[in-house]
Amino acid sequence: MDMSVDFAGLKLKNPILTASGTFGFGLEFKRFGNLESLGGIIVKGLSLKPREGNPMPRIAETPCGMLNAIGIQNPGVEVFLKDRLPKLPWKTLPVLVNLYATDATEFGELAKVLSTEEGVAALEVNVSCPNVKEGGIAFGQDPSQITKVAEAVKKNAGNKPVIIKLSPNVTDIATCARAAEDGGADGISLINTLSGMAVDIERRAPRLTNVIGGLSGPAVKPVALRCVFQAVNAVKIPVIGLGGISSAEDAAEFLLVGAAAVQIGTANFLSPDTAFKIAEELPKVLERVNAKSLDEFRGSLKLPK
Amino acid sequence: MSANNCRAVKVIDVKPLGHSSPDEEIIELKLEYPGWRSGWRVGQFVMIRPVSWPLDLIWGRPFSICNADDNTLTILFQVVGRGTKRLAELTTGDKVNIWGPLGSFFSKPKDRPILMLAGGMGIAPFCGYVDSHDQPENLKLFFAHRPPLENYPLNSISEKVEVEDLRETKPEDILNIIARIDELVKEYADKKGLIVACGPTPFLRTVRSASIKYGVEAELSLENRMACGVGACLGCVTKDSTGHHTQVCTTGPVFKATDISLED
Repeated sequence: MDMSVDFAGLKLKNPILTASGTFGFGLEFKRFGNLESLGGIIVKGLSLKPREGNPMPRIAETPCGMLNAIGIQNPGVEVFLKDRLPKLPWKTLPVLVNLYATDATEFGELAKVLSTEEGVAALEVNVSCPNVKEGGIAFGQDPSQITKVAEAVKKNAGNKPVIIKLSPNVTDIATCARAAEDGGADGISLINTLSGMAVDIERRAPRLTNVIGGLSGPAVKPVALRCVFQAVNAVKIPVIGLGGISSAEDAAEFLLVGAAAVQIGTANFLSPDTAFKIAEELPKVLERVNAKSLDEFRGSLKLPK
Repeated sequence: MSANNCRAVKVIDVKPLGHSSPDEEIIELKLEYPGWRSGWRVGQFVMIRPVSWPLDLIWGRPFSICNADDNTLTILFQVVGRGTKRLAELTTGDKVNIWGPLGSFFSKPKDRPILMLAGGMGIAPFCGYVDSHDQPENLKLFFAHRPPLENYPLNSISEKVEVEDLRETKPEDILNIIARIDELVKEYADKKGLIVACGPTPFLRTVRSASIKYGVEAELSLENRMACGVGACLGCVTKDSTGHHTQVCTTGPVFKATDISLED
């Protein structure tokens, strides 16, 4: 079965991408599978300057999920372009870069730096990180800010597709999706993590130093699926679905509600070869459910009359 | 690509060591050797996640490689949480996903006195260290522990090297342990030796301080919570000597004492 996807002009050999923050810079996973068997990789969120992230402890395991409050630790865009990107097979593997900044102007600057980089296939804009004080989720909860950031990035991104990554921590996801579209985004991805908390009754203390973190993993899948469904029906631009996908069947569910592609996130921690296995197994799953093609299957959800 | 880096292997044996209460029990887990073509080095670790685990436990669990030969990989653990409790329930023939060997490793210089300092489960890598060292007569182990000594696999070590231990049964014992570590580190500084240490962070903090005070080279293997073990999640970082976060899983787990800070 032809699994290729044209996502806003970006050619993917299959719809399986890796979610930012769960796949490092891709190089960390080279020993566990063939990177080029994936549709693409989305690297760790990058900011203009290096960031240390939040104090430890900043991860906690919860039932069917995990909380993180990493806080966008990253080496900065310059180090990525100089030391990491050249080591990736970017000519044959779409490398999407996730962007983090504290205001629309800085997002624009970051986009400009990346706009001329041949190895960068597309920009995913993080307006939804729950773990940073400035920017992050504040943008993602305000539709006017989403539009503003989308405009700033699009204006400076050259010919690179711009994807806005949305937060589920909002009242109306459809409004946020439309806000991204209004700002000129070429696509959207959702969901980022759900705001969550875990506490230790022995120590009577939060499990994360940051107190609140982002919940991800299988626990969030129903929320993610609902958000993707609502977003797909709210905008004309293509949607990437993510949130709790840990099997090819899970991936197929997101495609069924209309996602053009999906991202594998926390499941990369279940085993470092998870994304590779899902990419391999997805065609078999589609064949099993009698899909004629990926395009025929996508969005073919039968709703109750 | 090498599929050998992540594969399912069979459990050969799950054996509690010693005869203690469940909360003091140390489990020896023997697995099929995962067939790593490039072998492994002492101090490296593996991530283990049983195939049977449902999705309520997300992460694999990191363990120092205790020892391995052509057929068997041995891991030691104490039941301390949800994951280790389930690991202790594995039986022969069960399958576990294992990825590794991961991280940095201890150096093993010849013709130099080496002091191994182990705190609790930090004993694990030293079983392999002793077995793989060309001149075990140059090695000595100091072991600080809470469960009884017979709960640890010390036989193979004590046959080859001098072992000294101190058991912590009450809070005051910690002071004796700290004092003894200080004396031993000074002794190995005078001998121009090497310190290799593994254990909980407060234990390693003591070793680090003493090694810097006396100017002796020391390598510390850190234990830390981690989700992926491969450098992706950034959940296991520690502060390096310049105050920047560095990943325990990929830069470590074995660090030179002077390269990290271990501050609270």
